[in-house]
Amino acid sequence: MGEEHTTTTNTRGLLYLEDGTVFHGRGFGARGTRVGELVFNTSMTGYQKILTDPSYKGQIINMTYPLIGNYGVNDDDYESLSRGIHAFGFVAKGISACPSNNKSRMTIHQWLTEQGVPGVCGVDTRMITKKIRDEGTVKCLISNEGVSEAEAREICEGATLRQDWMKETAVKEPLRRPGKGRRLAVMDFGIKAGILTSLSAKGCDLHLFPYGASAEEIMAVRPEGIFLSNGPGDPEEAVEGIETARRLIGRVPIFGICMGHQVLALALGGKTYKMKYGHRGGNHGVHDADTDRSAITSQNHGYAVDAGSAEANGLIITHRNLNDGTVEGMKHKTLPLFSVQFHPEASPGPNDSAYLFDRFLDMIARFGGAD
Amino acid sequence: MSVNKGLKKALIIGSGPIIIGQAAEFDYAGTQACKAIREEGIETILVNSNPATIMTDQGIADKVYMEPLTEEALEAILERERPDGILAGFGGQTGLNLAMALEESGALARLGVRLLGVNKDSIRRAEDREAFKELMLEIDEPVPESAIAINIEQCKEFVDKVGYPVIIRPAYTLGGTGGGIAEDEAELELLARRGMENSAIGQILLERSVAGWKEIEYEVIRDAKDNCIIVCGMENFDPVGVHTGDSIVVAPIQTLRDEEYQKLRDASLKIIRSLKIEGGCNIQFAMDPKSSDYVVIEVNPRVSRSSALASKAAGYPIAKIAAKIALGYSLDELKNYVTQRTSACFEPTLDYIVVKFPKWPFDKFNTASRRLGTQMKATGEVMSISRTFEDALLKAVTSLEVKQTGLRVEAFKSLDKDAIMRKIDACDDERIFALTEALRRGVTVEELHDHTLVDNWFLHKLENIVKMERKLESHKKEITPDMVREAEEMGFVDDEILELTGLSSTELHFIRRYNGIYPVYKMVDTCGGEFEAVTPYYYSCFDREDESRVSDKEKILVIGSGPIRIGQGIEFDYCCVQGVWAIKDFGYEAIIVNNNPETVSTDFDTSDKLYFEALHIDDVLNVIDKERPLGVVLQLGGQTSLNIAEGLSKRGIRILGTPFKSIDLAEDREKLRNLMGEMGIPTPAGFSVTDEKEAFEVVEKLGYPLVVRPSYVIGGRAMQVVYSDAELRKYLKEAVNLSLEHPVLIDQYVLGKEMDVDAVADGDDILIPGLMEHIERTGVHSGDSISVYPLHSISNEVADLLIEYTRRIIRRLGVVGLINVQYAWDDKKLYVIEVNPRASRTVPILSKVTGVPMVKLAVSAMLGKKLSESEYGVGLYRKMKLHAVKAPVFSGAKLTDVDVALGPEMKSTGEVLGIDRDYGKAVYKGFLASGVRIPESGGFFVGLRGPDRTPDTAEILREYVDEGFKLYVSPGTAPFMRESKVEADTMTFDEVLASVGERINGIINVPEVANLPGSNSFDIRRKAIERDLPVLTCMDTAKVFLEAIRHKKAGTKLEYRTLEEYLGGK
Repeated sequence: MGEEHTTTTNTRGLLYLEDGTVFHGRGFGARGTRVGELVFNTSMTGYQKILTDPSYKGQIINMTYPLIGNYGVNDDDYESLSRGIHAFGFVAKGISACPSNNKSRMTIHQWLTEQGVPGVCGVDTRMITKKIRDEGTVKCLISNEGVSEAEAREICEGATLRQDWMKETAVKEPLRRPGKGRRLAVMDFGIKAGILTSLSAKGCDLHLFPYGASAEEIMAVRPEGIFLSNGPGDPEEAVEGIETARRLIGRVPIFGICMGHQVLALALGGKTYKMKYGHRGGNHGVHDADTDRSAITSQNHGYAVDAGSAEANGLIITHRNLNDGTVEGMKHKTLPLFSVQFHPEASPGPNDSAYLFDRFLDMIARFGGAD
Repeated sequence: MSVNKGLKKALIIGSGPIIIGQAAEFDYAGTQACKAIREEGIETILVNSNPATIMTDQGIADKVYMEPLTEEALEAILERERPDGILAGFGGQTGLNLAMALEESGALARLGVRLLGVNKDSIRRAEDREAFKELMLEIDEPVPESAIAINIEQCKEFVDKVGYPVIIRPAYTLGGTGGGIAEDEAELELLARRGMENSAIGQILLERSVAGWKEIEYEVIRDAKDNCIIVCGMENFDPVGVHTGDSIVVAPIQTLRDEEYQKLRDASLKIIRSLKIEGGCNIQFAMDPKSSDYVVIEVNPRVSRSSALASKAAGYPIAKIAAKIALGYSLDELKNYVTQRTSACFEPTLDYIVVKFPKWPFDKFNTASRRLGTQMKATGEVMSISRTFEDALLKAVTSLEVKQTGLRVEAFKSLDKDAIMRKIDACDDERIFALTEALRRGVTVEELHDHTLVDNWFLHKLENIVKMERKLESHKKEITPDMVREAEEMGFVDDEILELTGLSSTELHFIRRYNGIYPVYKMVDTCGGEFEAVTPYYYSCFDREDESRVSDKEKILVIGSGPIRIGQGIEFDYCCVQGVWAIKDFGYEAIIVNNNPETVSTDFDTSDKLYFEALHIDDVLNVIDKERPLGVVLQLGGQTSLNIAEGLSKRGIRILGTPFKSIDLAEDREKLRNLMGEMGIPTPAGFSVTDEKEAFEVVEKLGYPLVVRPSYVIGGRAMQVVYSDAELRKYLKEAVNLSLEHPVLIDQYVLGKEMDVDAVADGDDILIPGLMEHIERTGVHSGDSISVYPLHSISNEVADLLIEYTRRIIRRLGVVGLINVQYAWDDKKLYVIEVNPRASRTVPILSKVTGVPMVKLAVSAMLGKKLSESEYGVGLYRKMKLHAVKAPVFSGAKLTDVDVALGPEMKSTGEVLGIDRDYGKAVYKGFLASGVRIPESGGFFVGLRGPDRTPDTAEILREYVDEGFKLYVSPGTAPFMRESKVEADTMTFDEVLASVGERINGIINVPEVANLPGSNSFDIRRKAIERDLPVLTCMDTAKVFLEAIRHKKAGTKLEYRTLEEYLGGK
């Protein structure tokens, strides 16, 4: 480290965890104090995409890789349509004041400052990770503006964490991304730019609908397929989304990713549950029962679909996480729908599962949407 | 899919002797592979000629053939064993080439042996440049423009198209032998010719140079179901142009955006899939830092040095998994051995940074060009782990055991800025130190980038270190505890802080103690802390939580041997691993500290606990403070571990076995001489001199020849035998900087037979498993001499004396554990030349050829057991019914400006063992295994220095003539031949040089002074080495070589047996 001193705010940084654990470090980014859910991400690259991924809304991200910001911040790596940061705070062991990459425009410190997001570095991020691993995701306060431990406790204890962020992160008005191929309706819960890019690359004509759009509104564009996006928060809070999904199921082929996958399970009568600390990173193996092959996946979720409840409601589990056996994907026995928990669009992470977008288009073709 | 049920018996090919480009990493890989296969209940057969390896130890494979790695031997062994499959991907290029040869000759098909893990087609497509290029074009992966050439005209045609510079690489070589970058036509001709000569198929690849691009490597694994993972991505500090084996390498990749990282990851997966490799492979890329365009540089379709590094860096045992895949398992069926609960089908994530730093042999080879290029020169490497690059880098530098502890090189201080910049442009092994020196002089990062194209990210980190140096220097004793903490976090060792601040060691200890500035230990767990892991694999850093939980068992710490270098090779790792196993067997917790990523000792399941650390006294003391072991074992790690004996002893740390006082007595030549004198054991007379006058007074007393050496270096460096005033004067003037501070030691040179005695001692008595005798007489470093077990020409009386002296020495010194004593016998007296109170090069050999577990017995003795209680007893162990011949192997082809002539300085990088019931056949096997070409006819050039023009020499040369060889001599040697009536043609040096590889296919040349590039005979020897011809630089070697020639000519059919069969005497 050391280099932070020359260019960062060089304030004191503080993390206060709801169980009373305190981490003192140095502050960077915007001065501020936020309370959020503390999670860790194990990706060694992709911090800019991670910070702008809308699914991190309300969360404070602790990076396990200790050297963050090495390649700076560039004009391309935005995952939110607004190009804004969704995470509430950012924690790293060390941040780079001298990034080096042909696309770098600024340092991570400058960017977080610009975006109004507080960061803390110089803390034992591995210890934080292990704490989350052992005790589960926790409520946490991040501050780099001189808040005392006592103040931190008070603020942290007084804060309640929202779980319905998907209602905010989705587009506010319908949005069209035209394409010459399949016409798809997108139920937006806070979609990543990477998913839109992946679908657009296949020529899809994309109609994004805001949270709460009704089935009728959606069907009005005569979609050949419907895509349910990723998004932040507890899927059970997406009551309207679940209802709309229920009404759409069976009418046209549906593909869901992450929250979209969970919403589909809930819409079909299945259950979801909060995982102890979720999966966030780009290195988990997932086994696809249909192909008997395994792929390395990009992951970002704190909730998962309960296998038993899904199977009891006509779903077949197609993908399992090789580490903990949790549900990573499913399809319906009879209806044209399938979904995955992980991120075939990568962004950041491995591209191994990009074939799933083709699978969706094949399903549409088989369903009768043949041109 | 799981394990292939038809597989009952599998054979693994080892990599043979250690050479530059093929070192200890294959012992590590092969050992893992053997274990992985054996635990499946499959009978495992190993063939390897390298006796210093753990893999050839009993208990790793079911059967071990320590036989030459030749096609003929392999075929005979396959015939004998009839295995179902053969694993060729674990023995480096040697293993792969052998398997290819057996496949092509039809031997594998004939014997019904399948190639496991690799297939002929994939090897061909990865290794044959043209086939590889075609494949890359097929799958749309970019490769640099290139052309295959088998003659100079083709080379010129290519350059006309793409321009200079171009890279030249020979096909099918080790470590890039004979490659280079040509900047102009003259270089092109030179390199192209050399490349074609070096290629096994006379083929070279010319390639557009992408020198200066980022060099990135991926370690990829694929299974038969086509599942693929990346184990680790690595980035080279040194851009393309410096061989990756000579580059400072970091893991994970630091300066690539996710998109760039994934682009190369996608390419890696595509490549391994197209090659259909089932197992591991290494893929090297170059990426243009400006455009992010990339090209594929190279693919190694097997485990490699890089995969060993990646395994240690990521905690993912590539060789083990690759072996399981070769047996039929898929990745998603295997578990992560580190967490033991998650899947092996994942990609390790690191929460630390790893730095690999090469260890070069330039301290031994002072004439070698230090410029780094496409031909690898490093003999070994160190690895360090930390949470910051700066700390990891400084730890790596400390681990190298070079003079400095930080990045400050004393010698650079007197250079002006221009000289520093020239040093940087020279791109040699000291470039990183020159870079920091330039930063100290105010040269900017940008300027340095322009000169070197090293990524600014790295240069800025170097700047951070320089800034910290300045901070410490400017604050002097006013330094605050926070600054000390910052400096320590950044990897500054105590010595460096003391020097920069002027603090006293007590003051610094006070600051550290009262502010709790101590490192903590963190775990390498493959998953960034996401899952609980069970591996006891730790590194130090300055952070908050210490994860290393200290057990309440009694512990013993073993200090490893650090990087592989000339004079301290894999044999010490063998001893350390054996020591660890013995300690475990005796019920203690075995903890090892080491920093060599290539070795078995740093495998995560070798010891109970592994600390990946520098072996500097500070680092070792930190581990001791943490673990509070019962004691520390120093004698297994060679000179590296012995070097900290004094420091540990001063601090009251218990050294198990031979105490420091005895170590000191043995190591200090003067003290040893006096002690031997008291005991009435002869040693060569010797004196220490500080000026020329004193030196010639010694000459008066002792007469020539004399052994001269500087007092301040160890291990035979700059040692020489001088025969005349002129030679002595030259040596004192040129070779050493004679002064009061740097005296020179002058010893009587005892001309005679040399013998190595390796013994286990318990303080009172000894066990000598066997005695070994050197073929070459004194004057040749024991590491470079051929030596044989049992004694061949030494009488029983002398043998008894050897035992008696050794016993008396250990009693007097109080040696407990291993001891190596070197003796010389001049037909009158037996002299003690050297006493090494530690393990030696010959310990693994003697352990294997006699079946006496020397290290285990040594550990037992350290723990207080008496040898007389062991089943092996005391005294000289019974003689086995076998002959074993240890032959040295030189990496002569790698270092093109190094002399191969034998002398008191060690030059070999590895060794082989030839074993047979018959002495002559064992000699023959030794030469075969060492890879020396044995001519059956043709001509030998003979050049002899004065002292070797003897009747004995004439007799030996006559035998060559009798065998049908034509001898050619230089004008200097011609009169001797005439007088001795040995038939020979006289040639000028130029004629000789022109005839090497033509009429002359062997060299017998005993030079006046070795290592004198530019001399006639040096050029002849070099050329012969490059043409892969035998170069015999000692008459004793020439004599024993006749044995091999005779067997070769007679077409002797050799028999190959397992070690067990030899030992059983069946």
